[in-house]
Amino acid sequence: MPAYHDVYGWMAVLVLVLVTVFTRSVFLLPNGASRLPDWLRQGLRHAPVAALLAMVAPEIFLSHGHLLNDWRDARLVTVGAALLYYFLAKRGDVTGTILVGTATLMLFRIGLGWS
Amino acid sequence: MQSLQHSLHDPIWRRAFRQGQRDITGAALGSMAMGLVTGVAMAKSGMGLGLILAVSLLVFASASQLACLPLIAAGAPLWVIAATACVLNLRFIVFSVHWRHYFAGHRRSYRMLMAYFAGDPIYAQFVRLHPVHLSTGRTSAAQQGYFWGMAFTNWAAWQLASLAGIFLADAIPLAWGLRFIGMLALLALALPMLTDRSVCCSALLAGIVAMATASWPMGLNVVAAIATAVLVGLWVDRYWRAR
Repeated sequence: MPAYHDVYGWMAVLVLVLVTVFTRSVFLLPNGASRLPDWLRQGLRHAPVAALLAMVAPEIFLSHGHLLNDWRDARLVTVGAALLYYFLAKRGDVTGTILVGTATLMLFRIGLGWS
Repeated sequence: MQSLQHSLHDPIWRRAFRQGQRDITGAALGSMAMGLVTGVAMAKSGMGLGLILAVSLLVFASASQLACLPLIAAGAPLWVIAATACVLNLRFIVFSVHWRHYFAGHRRSYRMLMAYFAGDPIYAQFVRLHPVHLSTGRTSAAQQGYFWGMAFTNWAAWQLASLAGIFLADAIPLAWGLRFIGMLALLALALPMLTDRSVCCSALLAGIVAMATASWPMGLNVVAAIATAVLVGLWVDRYWRAR
């Protein structure tokens, strides 16, 4: 790799580090009371779970940008097993839910060779 | 750090730290899966080992790493890389609003440090045990110990897996769908946050919007989903309160 490429690479890494530090702490930076408008503060209680599900939903139901057209997909079975465990077997057990899901995924992907 | 040394000898802090380690185990498994995937992707990106290790150890954000490495490899302008990373980190901006309730009374350097280590799973799990923040804006010893028990464990799990992914890239079969385990962990963490019907409504809509706008570049679909959830959430809250 030529030298200017190296400099560019390190600058890009620096940018990524700065963006990470900044975005994670942006609303923790100012001292004193928060100056967010009330309506926004109330609305933001909906944001954390929305952020998590917005990342997850496309990974479950989309394949190459299109809705799954075959229900025999290891991802659907995995999510189904995880939800069943969480809501019917041991409500509130996050760790168990992840382990049950992981075991299901491995069983169907590696054991049965589903996509 | 004097305060940390003091904390390490506090039995309440230590007990909370161990509980944090236990409670984050499942989510840390998801972080490991994501770390492995990210490590492998970095190893195969064609960048030098020094750079890759720096990204792994310093950036600690799988989504922006996965999205930005191809950009760096292609020599994209730095501002494009910064913009992409900002959009992908938007959820952390949201989390920082919420962390403020708990940590606002601490020193700024401490606030930045804890925010840096607060990866995806930490907030969801933290508010389950500590739904109420102290009116002083400072965390109790139990809250601090719990936070660092989770944050450190999650960080270490991710880093170990990422390094393993970098050095064992060719031995790790990505066909197993490791990435999906990371997503499964985030789903499991989101479930206990569905505490009332208006949050269920906004969350459901967020998922639908994220899928409908999945073709948008740079993770903007997540931004659209969060914005929709906040606006609809406000409306639904008001509607159900009015009845």
